[in-house]
Amino acid sequence: MKRWGGLLQVAVLVGFLLLYAPLLAVALYSFNAAEKGSVWVGFSLRWYAQLMADPETSRRAWEIREATLNTLQLGAVSTVISTILGTMLALGMQRFPWPSSLGKLLQVTIDVPVITPDIVIAAALVVGFNLLRFVSPLFDPGMSAMIIGHVTFQIAFVALVVRSRLVLMGPTLSEAARDLYASSWYHFHRVTLPLLWPAIVGGAMLAFTLSLDDFVISFFTCGPSSSTLPIYVYHSQLRGLRTDLFAVSTLLVMGTVVLVLTLERLTRWKRD
Amino acid sequence: MQTSTTSAPASEISLAVEHIRKSFGSVQVLDDISFDAHPGEFITLLGPSGCGKTTLLRIIAGLERADSGRIVLAGQPVDHLPANRRSVNTVFQSYALFPHLTVFENVAFGLRSRRVPQAEVNTRVHQNMEMVRIADLARRYPHQLSGGQKQRVALARALVNAPEVLLLDEPMSALDAKLRAEVQVELRRLQRSLRKTFVLVTHDQHEAMTVSDRIIVMNRGKIEQEGPTAEVYERPRTRFIAEFFGAANLIPARRSGDKRVTTAVGELSVRTTPPWESGTVAIHPEWIEITDTEPAENAVRAEVRDAIYRGDHVELLMEPGSLRVQVSPRLRAEPGATLWLCLPVERLEVLDD
Repeated sequence: MKRWGGLLQVAVLVGFLLLYAPLLAVALYSFNAAEKGSVWVGFSLRWYAQLMADPETSRRAWEIREATLNTLQLGAVSTVISTILGTMLALGMQRFPWPSSLGKLLQVTIDVPVITPDIVIAAALVVGFNLLRFVSPLFDPGMSAMIIGHVTFQIAFVALVVRSRLVLMGPTLSEAARDLYASSWYHFHRVTLPLLWPAIVGGAMLAFTLSLDDFVISFFTCGPSSSTLPIYVYHSQLRGLRTDLFAVSTLLVMGTVVLVLTLERLTRWKRD
Repeated sequence: MQTSTTSAPASEISLAVEHIRKSFGSVQVLDDISFDAHPGEFITLLGPSGCGKTTLLRIIAGLERADSGRIVLAGQPVDHLPANRRSVNTVFQSYALFPHLTVFENVAFGLRSRRVPQAEVNTRVHQNMEMVRIADLARRYPHQLSGGQKQRVALARALVNAPEVLLLDEPMSALDAKLRAEVQVELRRLQRSLRKTFVLVTHDQHEAMTVSDRIIVMNRGKIEQEGPTAEVYERPRTRFIAEFFGAANLIPARRSGDKRVTTAVGELSVRTTPPWESGTVAIHPEWIEITDTEPAENAVRAEVRDAIYRGDHVELLMEPGSLRVQVSPRLRAEPGATLWLCLPVERLEVLDD
């Protein structure tokens, strides 16, 4: 028993090492004084300083800042839209009395986008947007098309998270609210929404992370001025992997960690 | 003691269920159910799981739609009204308290959703919390309550709305046996003091007998028998009822004449002439009398095969007829003893089937 315990500890350590060693390496090399390459020259904060530098004087700092702003804008807008739509989708699927066979079909259908490879969705979007461009300039390559593209895959994730919470809640509380004279609106904002809130926040968080992280769909739908960080990193490493990219990545990881911790705190309230 | 703002014109019938039918797919759950409930009456829908009793309750509450038939509340048909516009409230089986609201907010929910002024909400909520003795729990959340306390909150949350009819869906099934017995007595007392119509759903015949004025026994979507509590227990009309209440001796019999049957324990007189050639008569073990001398009518000479001591009574297993007889522990009847039994005509029921 004790021997197995030791083995399990080793397995956990190896697992964590595999997960975090690359991130640590990136963080470490972001403090390397050398401009590129994997040779340690000395400790320096110059790359962080350069990121903060005046965009007017440094073209590179300007590009990185633009890409960061694009990424955040894309993430924020697509997350807000997909959270609202995904929550509505989950509520509609769960609360409407669908005939059981149709209900099952809907359940399966909602899971398909989650497991569909990004490249397939991206290709489909390119084809679709090429047609839709004639209807509206929203579908021209660029920020609006990217937002629509992200929303299309985020919705399924939000709906999945929200719906599992709805399933867990069951129909009884909803019936109790109706039995106690609640109108649809009162029912929604006094019972459904407060109980669903942690799942909605969780779904939004997941959607935001996925958007931040996405390369494939952004790559296929972006325009000349709407490059995001993943796309920028991809293009600039073709010209050599420069140390300032490590600094950007490290900041990105830090941002994500802070976000996750904050939201974990927010959603931990009152477990029943 | 209830501050009733919604008192409907007093009518003789507070709830009428008329010819309700309901199917789920090809399964007919309710088949032509009708009954009336009078103001201040405690009615129990009793039956095994799957007999349709909960579905019927949900149809009355408006949480389910009947395929056909009518529900009339205080003289007004309510079939077209959704659950949130019917003057009925439900105590749910799992209580269904809102976990994110305090006890006070839970109880106040029905008043607030109808925009009752805050001052009135406060008075009525406090009155009702005191009535079920949960006033000191007002600021707790449901996860901080015991099962019995949750049940009281659910009761107060429903009663605060002064509904025409209170529906209770197996509200005591989650409580332990001792607490359940206490709550039953208390529920009965509460209902008497409020003079409201209560409709309880349960599968527990003891619970039904403890609380009800009238019991409606359901089986496979139909009403098997309905009547005052003692009558349903003492005068079962069908084999199902006799077996469901558990205790009765079922004696196979053949009709042998006018109000006469032949059985394994001999020739017996009964109150009514059986509608069948061969069927069953039933008698509860506590109604069989033990006599020193041969009784004048329905006498059976039987031998004690086994005596089971139950504390407050002794159950004798006797032959012929595998009769179960309930006697006082003061009467010492050892296995092997032969006794005279009397099966009183008044207590011998001819079952319909």
